[in-house]
Amino acid sequence: MKEQLKAIEAKAREELSKASDLKSLDEIRVKFLGKKGEITAILKQMGKLSAEERPVIGQLANTVRADIEEALTSAQNDLKSKAAAKKLEAERIDVTLPGKLPRLGSAHPLNATLAEVEEVFLGMGFDIVEGPEVETDHYCFEALNMPKHHPARDTQDTFYINENVLLRTQTSSVQIRTMENRKPPIRIISPGRVYRSDAVDATHSPLFHQIEGLVIDKGITMADLKGTLEMLLKRLYGEETQLRFRPHHFPYTEPSAEVDLMCFNCRGKGCSMCKQEGYVELLGAGMVHPKVLEECGIDPEVYSGFAFGIGLERITMGRYNINDMRLLYENDMRFLGQF
Amino acid sequence: MDLSMRWLADYVDCKCDIKKFCDEMTLSGSKVECFGEEGDYLSNVVVGHVVDIVPHPDSDHMFICQIDVGEAEPVQIVTGAQNVKKGDYVPAAKHKSTVLHDGKPVKITKGKLRGVASNGMLCSLDELGLTLHDFPYAIEDGIFILGDDCDKTVGKDIREAIGFDDKVVEFEITSNRPDCLSVTGLAREAAATFNVKADIKEPQFKGVDGDINSIMSAEIHNAELCPRYMCGYVKNVKIGPSPRWMRERLRASGVRPINNFVDITNFVMLEYGQPMHAFDLRYVSGAKINIRNAKQGEKITTLDGVERELSEEMLVIADAEKPVAVAGVMGGEYSGIMDDTTAVVFESACFDGASVRTTAKKLGMRTDASARFEKGLDPENTYPALMRAFELVEELGCGEVVRTFIDCYPVKKERRGVTFDAAWINGFLGTDIPEAEQEEYLTRLGFEIKDGKAYAPYYRIDIECKSDLAEEVARLYGYNKIPDTIIRGVANAKLTRKQKFERTVTSAMLGMGVNEITTFSFISPKYFDKIRLPQDSKLRNTVVITNPLGEDTSVMRTTILPSVLEVLARNYSFRNPECYAFELGNEYIPVEGEVLPEEPERLGVGLYDTSDKIDFYTIKGMVEELLDKCGAPGYEVARPAEDTVFGEVSAFHPGRVAVITIDGREIAIFGELHPETLENYGIGCRAYAAKVLVPELMEYCIDQKTYKPLPKFPATTRDLSLICDDELPAAVIEKTIRTAAGKLLEKVTLFDIYKGQQIAEGKKSISYSLTLRSHEGTLTDDQADKVMDKVLKALAEQGAELRA
Repeated sequence: MKEQLKAIEAKAREELSKASDLKSLDEIRVKFLGKKGEITAILKQMGKLSAEERPVIGQLANTVRADIEEALTSAQNDLKSKAAAKKLEAERIDVTLPGKLPRLGSAHPLNATLAEVEEVFLGMGFDIVEGPEVETDHYCFEALNMPKHHPARDTQDTFYINENVLLRTQTSSVQIRTMENRKPPIRIISPGRVYRSDAVDATHSPLFHQIEGLVIDKGITMADLKGTLEMLLKRLYGEETQLRFRPHHFPYTEPSAEVDLMCFNCRGKGCSMCKQEGYVELLGAGMVHPKVLEECGIDPEVYSGFAFGIGLERITMGRYNINDMRLLYENDMRFLGQF
Repeated sequence: MDLSMRWLADYVDCKCDIKKFCDEMTLSGSKVECFGEEGDYLSNVVVGHVVDIVPHPDSDHMFICQIDVGEAEPVQIVTGAQNVKKGDYVPAAKHKSTVLHDGKPVKITKGKLRGVASNGMLCSLDELGLTLHDFPYAIEDGIFILGDDCDKTVGKDIREAIGFDDKVVEFEITSNRPDCLSVTGLAREAAATFNVKADIKEPQFKGVDGDINSIMSAEIHNAELCPRYMCGYVKNVKIGPSPRWMRERLRASGVRPINNFVDITNFVMLEYGQPMHAFDLRYVSGAKINIRNAKQGEKITTLDGVERELSEEMLVIADAEKPVAVAGVMGGEYSGIMDDTTAVVFESACFDGASVRTTAKKLGMRTDASARFEKGLDPENTYPALMRAFELVEELGCGEVVRTFIDCYPVKKERRGVTFDAAWINGFLGTDIPEAEQEEYLTRLGFEIKDGKAYAPYYRIDIECKSDLAEEVARLYGYNKIPDTIIRGVANAKLTRKQKFERTVTSAMLGMGVNEITTFSFISPKYFDKIRLPQDSKLRNTVVITNPLGEDTSVMRTTILPSVLEVLARNYSFRNPECYAFELGNEYIPVEGEVLPEEPERLGVGLYDTSDKIDFYTIKGMVEELLDKCGAPGYEVARPAEDTVFGEVSAFHPGRVAVITIDGREIAIFGELHPETLENYGIGCRAYAAKVLVPELMEYCIDQKTYKPLPKFPATTRDLSLICDDELPAAVIEKTIRTAAGKLLEKVTLFDIYKGQQIAEGKKSISYSLTLRSHEGTLTDDQADKVMDKVLKALAEQGAELRA
């Protein structure tokens, strides 16, 4: 019987080695291990054995059964992994074919830039304030120390609705409305559309965007203005950014300044990009004129403040290297899709 | 303002090169736009002496000249000009030189003219880039023969020899500093900037005896508009060209020399910033000058030959009978200097800036003089200007100045002192500049410090308050030396609900693959026709711009839709295969009885895709997804009512347009565009649009989202296939199901619509999958059947039967 058992095991192993699918494995299992299988048949003859032999053969039979079972399992695993490998092999694709994108829209570059500016200012504690675009002469000019016939009005060619209503030429109008409604301390920026009657060309547009800032509190200094703008522009343009402040005139600030950015191309030496100046004009700023504070019911002897105005188009064009302002308003999908 | 550096050098020596001059002036507040050099296009053109001239053997109009250009041998040059004589000094362009031809630089090289070698060219004024105004003694068609006012050193660079080598700096002068629109003003600024002394002497004249009052008189009738009027009389006038030094200074400043008297007025204006007027007393009736308001309807023909009607608020210079000049703007027809003028009156006056500005604007003629008066000049400035004119007349020897002159100055202007507080200035600037240093800066700028006050020089009309002094100190100290500090104190900033809501809307649209656009807020009224608005639509009532750039941008939009459609059209014309666009922008709605219009915020969406990937349900899906992301509560979708608030409904396909309402209030319209709309915009494929009322939507939306526990018990799904009239809207069926099923219904999903075979004409088959779930336990079949029975009963009432 020993020999029979050994022969069964050898046979089972041989058949297993030939089996090529799970079905034939199952057949082998039934043939050898099943209720009517060969090992069961042997065990049925155990009764004929002597008491000494019985445990020996019994043990052997169990070992053979376990061995065959183990061989079966391993053959099964083998076959499974082969089948899996084959399937994977069959599923090979060209990984260099183009990807399928879930489409995402692009934020307009002006708004993307604005969002970044707003983030910087929110972090510095500036609220974002809005106001009407169709505005009265009072809020756009008079309250900003530019009475009727003031020569500085010439620099802001204005669209008029009637004698007293116009399209705002600057978002400073929002600052006046804020100062009338809030008590200092005030820290706001007012972004928005502004209008000037400039014909459309590569650097002009009758509609453009400004971000104006205003800070009013006790003890606000011109050094604070410089520090704030320095921080903003370094955030926008990088740590190596260098600024140049130079005196200028705005009716609503005193002292007034224009702020230039050192030309990135020539680092201040002068090149064709900066018209040999070494600097590119970026924004206007200054300490709020005492007359403007008074006009808004804020005592200039107690409070001081600064204000600044940035052209959103200018910084957007600088950031993305856009050389023609018209692109921003044309809304060509091939352009917008780039951002 | 173009500044002649030669002229500046008459007053101040900054001891530096031009680049440094420009940089430092810019940093102290006089912004330099650019600088250039006169005649810099000329090269290798020198003074030549004609040592011999003979006719060309093979030409009857050319000459062969031997020109001494300061080299070992004379240079042979052939010329076609007829005005060259032996002994003349001429501009000689040598081999490899550059001159102007038709206003453009051209290279001159040696060559042959009718077989004779010519090693250069003799030049006319035109070829140097000059005109007869610069050298009145030259002739129009011929070589420029150098006069005695030129340096005749042979071989000398021609630009140097004739004074055509000035450097010119262009300044951008701000409107508060009209004093810097002058050579002396900039000389003072330069002196303060470089901390050197400016040598500006008070002009002096000798004069001849005579009583001005017996010659003429002047009277101011409106001292508010004319604070000061000065004039003086010059007799035995000799009109002629002015000397070269004056001509070249005018030319470098961009002013054309005319004759000595006109030139003197321009010279003084440029030098002192004070507009001057010179006129012939013969044309002043009664030799009496009245500075008065014009009479309504009074007319004057100005120097430019145009007859202009005046109105009462305008100030005129009048004689006994009629206006002879519009004050501060332009003289009258006969007020100018003629060739036969023998006596000249110089006027140096101060007029109110706002008045000059209004008058010039109303008459439509801005002149150099009016541009200066507009900014507000100081009455004190009239005196040195008039004295300078007299001094120049004597220097040029072109007339006799009567020693006495007229000075109407009703109210002498008081010098205004501004409190000077060095500590306050430091506190304001955030600096630590010692008081003495601050005083030094102010003194350099001509201020006088006395008893704690700073008195500005008269020409500084802009100094009014403490912060003005702070600016003066700061700009000489150097803006860039002021430290950079961080604002003290804490501030708590946050976005408003509106700003957060806008961000939600934007990110939802971007997430759905729609690009953000930015369009103009003004449109053409014709756009209303393009979107097929009825003639009586209230959207045609717009905020109108009175002075638009053009019709295309002449009214503020009352609907965002045409702006979006313009973008679709433009992209279609660019042959872009698809366009998915949205804008979050304002509309501008006039409000009866209000000064300002309303500016409600709208979301405009426009889509087309030539690959036919999208349809009505794409735009619908987007709007619904947007509402969902914004936290909108239950809403209804229906065809627009007759009286919909959306006037733009006309732009849409009548069968493919829907309106969303929340609580009965219309919030959005969307749909496919009307074929005629598409045609009007030249869009050749189907396109879709939506408009959402943003603030109205926000009112209904819930900011705070709360978590609902995930279901603990399994759901039961039941499918329903119904047959109903084709006209029965799906929304009605869905609403019926929801109402009938009640709380246990979790979800209804439409999964099929079928029309055609096996379905009767005018009917449709419509199939839904219902998900039922209880939060209290697993639903039994019985419970689910009960729900379905109720649903079917309710559907039957709507005419929808279970499909057999």
